[in-house]
Amino acid sequence: MHRPLTEARPAPDDMATAELALSVMRAARRRLGRSLAIRQVDAGSCNGCELEIHALNNAFYDLERFGLRFVASPRHADVLLVTGPVTRNMRQALERTYQATPDPKWVVAVGQCAADGGIFAGSYAVTGGVGAVVPVDLHISGCPPTPLQLLRGLLGLLEAGN
Amino acid sequence: MSALLDIIPQSAQVEVHRPWPRHIVTAEGWTHVAQQIAAGRATLLDLWAAGDDAPAVHMALIDEASGDIAVVSLPCPDGRFPSVGALHPAAIRFERAIQSLHGFQSTGAPDPRPWIDLGFWDVQHPLGAREAAPAERSAYTFLPVEGESLHQIPVGPVHAGIIEPGHFRFTASGETVVRLEERLGYVHKGIESLMSDVPIAQAAKLAARTSGDSTVAYGIAFAHAVEAARSIDAPPRARYLRALMAELERLANHFGDIGAVCNDASFALMHAHCGVLRELALRVADGCFGHRLMMDRVVPGGVSADLDASGASLIREMLSHVRRRFPRLIELYDNTASLQDRTAATGILHTELARQFGAPGFIGRASGRNFDARKTPGYAPYVDLDFTVPVLTAGDVNARIWIRIREVEQSIALIEQILDRLPDGPIMRALDAGTARGEGLGLAESFRGEVLAWVRLDGQRVARCRLRDPSWLQWPLLEAVIEGNIVADFPLCNKSFNCSYSGHDL
Repeated sequence: MHRPLTEARPAPDDMATAELALSVMRAARRRLGRSLAIRQVDAGSCNGCELEIHALNNAFYDLERFGLRFVASPRHADVLLVTGPVTRNMRQALERTYQATPDPKWVVAVGQCAADGGIFAGSYAVTGGVGAVVPVDLHISGCPPTPLQLLRGLLGLLEAGN
Repeated sequence: MSALLDIIPQSAQVEVHRPWPRHIVTAEGWTHVAQQIAAGRATLLDLWAAGDDAPAVHMALIDEASGDIAVVSLPCPDGRFPSVGALHPAAIRFERAIQSLHGFQSTGAPDPRPWIDLGFWDVQHPLGAREAAPAERSAYTFLPVEGESLHQIPVGPVHAGIIEPGHFRFTASGETVVRLEERLGYVHKGIESLMSDVPIAQAAKLAARTSGDSTVAYGIAFAHAVEAARSIDAPPRARYLRALMAELERLANHFGDIGAVCNDASFALMHAHCGVLRELALRVADGCFGHRLMMDRVVPGGVSADLDASGASLIREMLSHVRRRFPRLIELYDNTASLQDRTAATGILHTELARQFGAPGFIGRASGRNFDARKTPGYAPYVDLDFTVPVLTAGDVNARIWIRIREVEQSIALIEQILDRLPDGPIMRALDAGTARGEGLGLAESFRGEVLAWVRLDGQRVARCRLRDPSWLQWPLLEAVIEGNIVADFPLCNKSFNCSYSGHDL
């Protein structure tokens, strides 16, 4: 009666793949197989990015079919998915989360704020982007990025190193 | 105005403040009003400060029976004001924030500890007379807990799920929580500072990013405030389109919440089905207005995106799908005993506490508080639309789910009325090039409760803006609600509240 809701996988984002090629080594695929464990860290977002990251788990996007899944602890993670302009109040928590994540690890900065502080840049209360605090391997732009943009970026991360 | 005027002492009124009056009172008058609020003769909506050329503290209050609203202001050139929190507990966190952000002292305050400022900034009192922060961070003292066999569980700021950061300090006796203390401020971005002396359009973008899940409601509240300050109304079609967006936003969030609460009781099936409905609502929003969350679509003067015939049919298609699907989900929720076992009688907010705090949104309405800004004070186009405000009195997680379920049904009916009656005409009224100063207060009912926006315009610029998320008056109640429940039920209680961290932290 009904077709499945889950939609065909999108093509990996070309820009994302290009950016990744610089920072992700071929060993990633061999070490990790087709699986990435993601720990999401809100470092000061307005929660718009979180809503769209959440949507990745719904039946339409079904993130887990790509071997990508969200985990509860940085100790279990390969990837930190960081949103927000990194408030000064979250800086230490982000650094500690990064330190708690075992190598090899990648940091994906999600949204305009995470890239450069976005509309909150220049405030006494923000550092001005994820790159100001921890090394970033990939930026996914948007305010907030759509689930499809997020999926393209993450697939790029998975496929880099082929 | 009679009821509110009765409790506000004879005082000078600010001429440029609209649409409700603002009174300048003395310290005695300020305390008198606080006493009246504490006695339940008015409800505190907000308490904030302005640290610019005219240092003052302001209280916004409402008479819930009549819908009358007033702002009471106390100039405090010496940086001191009599504590409202000493008389009325709902004011305590507002005063702690004022002390941390503006450096104003609330005399007689019951809790002098900082709030929002976690000791990581270079400056102290960033919204007042700034001074360099001390080199050493001082330790924060949580409230003492005494008794045998108690243990503490610190949680956060980084939580286990895809949620915003905050710190929860639980004290438990075995499995039972005897005290929860929240510590918030981790996502403080300095929005009030960024909204000082900026063009109106820039301030609107910041307002739209105060709490992303309520971006439409923030847009409306901010637009109401600016339009009040300018004494203009957005065109009728724009008012209808704003309400359409607001109800789509409410639908999407309520679907998400209903599923997420059930998911925290390990009932993933509801979560999966509700996630589909939420996604459909967001796709329709994208198809109609070009953005899934409809960010920046509500602007002062009107809306920035119109609805065409194909958009309207997308919405009707989605509503008819929801009308088929949602009743089956309600039945599933209602007939699953293992789920009811988790939600019924869990996390009870007593009606008296909800009344005292003026608990906004579904939290108040699940605990007997019949309040919705769309009705009281009411605003266009809702005054012309037919809908009811569901109210329950059980105050538990189950009641908070049922309020959302009933509100979904009301939102569907509202959207259908809006589509049927959508007036033709322009969607934008240009803000004139006025240079005068004006002040405006705006309200809008977000899915979570009423959002307040207060602006002081200086010509084409926002001199000062205050935004009050409903979460300010909900977060403290979560501490009361969890008491006596088991630790494992905290996620359920928390999700049934779904307070905004970003909206609170600013």
